[in-house]
Amino acid sequence: MDACANLTGHGCGIILASIINGTMTGAVYALVALGLTLIYGVLHIINFAHGTLLMLAMYGVFFLNQIVGVDPYMAMPVILVAAFLFGYGLQRYVIGKTSHGRDEITLLVTLGVSIVIENLALFFFTANERNIRVPYELAGIDLGVTYLLVTQMAAFGAALLITATLWMFMSASDTGRAIRAVAKERQGARLVGINVEHIFALSFGIGTACVGAAAALLAPRFAISPRIGYTFVLIAFTVVVLGGMGSFVGALVGGFIIGIAESVGGLFLGESLGQITISLIFILILLLRPSGLFGEKLR
Amino acid sequence: MTEKRKTYQITRRGFVAGSAAAAGIVGFPGVLRAQAAPVKIGLVHPVTGFLQFNGTQCRFGAVEAIKEINASGGIKSLGGAQLEAVLGDAQSKPEIGASEVEKFNEAGVSCIVGAYASGISMSTTQVAAKYGIPHVVDVGVTDKIVERGLDNVFRFGPGYGVITKVGVERFIAMNDAAGKPVKSIMIVHEDSTPFGGGTAALLEEGLTAAGFSVTKVGHPTPHRDFSNIVLQIKSANPDVVIPSSYPNEYELLVRTMQQQRVQPKGIYSVLGGSGSSYKFLAEYPEACQYIMDCNHWYNPKSAGAMALRKISEAAGVHFTYEVFLAYSAVKLVADAMEQAASADRKKIIDALAASNWSDHIMPYGPTKFVNGQNQGAQPLNLQYQGQEIEVIAPADYATSKAVFPRPA
Repeated sequence: MDACANLTGHGCGIILASIINGTMTGAVYALVALGLTLIYGVLHIINFAHGTLLMLAMYGVFFLNQIVGVDPYMAMPVILVAAFLFGYGLQRYVIGKTSHGRDEITLLVTLGVSIVIENLALFFFTANERNIRVPYELAGIDLGVTYLLVTQMAAFGAALLITATLWMFMSASDTGRAIRAVAKERQGARLVGINVEHIFALSFGIGTACVGAAAALLAPRFAISPRIGYTFVLIAFTVVVLGGMGSFVGALVGGFIIGIAESVGGLFLGESLGQITISLIFILILLLRPSGLFGEKLR
Repeated sequence: MTEKRKTYQITRRGFVAGSAAAAGIVGFPGVLRAQAAPVKIGLVHPVTGFLQFNGTQCRFGAVEAIKEINASGGIKSLGGAQLEAVLGDAQSKPEIGASEVEKFNEAGVSCIVGAYASGISMSTTQVAAKYGIPHVVDVGVTDKIVERGLDNVFRFGPGYGVITKVGVERFIAMNDAAGKPVKSIMIVHEDSTPFGGGTAALLEEGLTAAGFSVTKVGHPTPHRDFSNIVLQIKSANPDVVIPSSYPNEYELLVRTMQQQRVQPKGIYSVLGGSGSSYKFLAEYPEACQYIMDCNHWYNPKSAGAMALRKISEAAGVHFTYEVFLAYSAVKLVADAMEQAASADRKKIIDALAASNWSDHIMPYGPTKFVNGQNQGAQPLNLQYQGQEIEVIAPADYATSKAVFPRPA
């Protein structure tokens, strides 16, 4: 028995493996949360359709794989563009038109959109869970304490890359500056000639494209069904609150914190009771730092 | 989200066709007016929510049985009355299941079949009892379903008490035959519904009494990640792992074990969600090889069962236990109506209580209900072998011999 086992009842190896697994899972949460935090940061709405859009994108990856034979990772550019266009159109021609600029209506519209899309998915795709088989699904590195899969590492790397890209895009590009201007002061941005409706749709489109990227990275690891979005999006909401609404770095760090807390909590409290660690973090953040870890720093 | 009942719009063509039909009825009253009124049967399943796959499978089986009965002339003792399905969606929630039964009562159903999950079945049977509606439970395995003294409730398949007892007995026999290689067992079970926790408790009791060292680990349903649980399996290094989970979690657990290179001497499940699933076999043939399961299964020697399997596969539906259990439950109801020669709820309950139906596709023998539980109902032991799911016990139904311990 090692020192950890004497103190905690679990060996150091299993605790370390749990932290590594939690970090990998956290990267997945961060991927889903990135789009959500962008949409909130600009539109100031909680996008209830986020999980459903993830599900739709995962089906897109699935059908590209089954019909055309495209590897999920290779499908990412196609899904990214398709998701961007879908998100742009959804905001510009559905959500924007029906909400009349009122946040509470926007929230309800996204909820309605999610219900419609989920039921359409149930009708057309059925409740069958679909899996994508890839030749590298068992490939990985043996770390001794755990076996790190290629699919886990890909999601981890992509989470870092996408966060960095989004951060640079928002900081350095004209469009990024316009998005930040609209996020800070809508009327002021309109006065200086920024097309606010276009920026709204653009932000929604980029947020949905993030979901598209997440879909391509999740598809080789998780069974796809009309309910799959819920599996991740509820956690993603917590990640966004923890990291700070509108913050990309916050989403990334928040994802890792939630992933590790969930994993280690599950190890010590049991998988079911371990879920309360997520709720506890959520409550603590709301009590102690309502703006989140990076809420004030990055927009 | 909610399953809407079908409504029909009248089109111009439809109106003309309907008028012509009406004229025909007036013209030939003696022929068509003799057609018996259809008998409504409520089918309640979780076709949305986290159990949507299982519920949809159940619905397919139940609707297929109705199609078959109607195509072969309906309920003959009722003048060939056709069965009419009234569909309900429990949305994977017991309280919604209960409200669907309220709607069924308003719709005037003669009988109810459902509701897949134990928790949902507990509430649907309770509400059905209030209105005296006969309710045949298709899958729900919690024994409490038939232990509450509700005389309207019947379960054709076995409950988890019987399945677990038989599962433990057959496991011990198999272990003895292999030279007792198993000393330690880890039970991985879901704990969000009565099914997983209840089955695990009975398994632990039976296996501990038989001298095995047993540990248990629970998980919620749905569950995203089995890495932690597999780490614990790796650390404890049990000889055998017993999963008791719904299909998606079962598959995720087995796949994570494969990914983490954890290979015990055997995986032996009791009521394992995908322990005997053609879907799992088709998608992950190498991950599921040699997994054994004590579960609901059809009689492999029944021509009717093989015909239903063909119909399912032709429709692109995996032939899972939900399909043949729900199919059988509807057939049982139809037989009771035939015997009762009535669509009256009370008479159907009496006919079900006295049922000795034997023309079915399950390995049960003639039906005999005691307090609503079919006494002949039994599980079969199955194993993934190559491209097929073979029956390995009992000997009467076996199609192959068990491969145990699992080859490296």
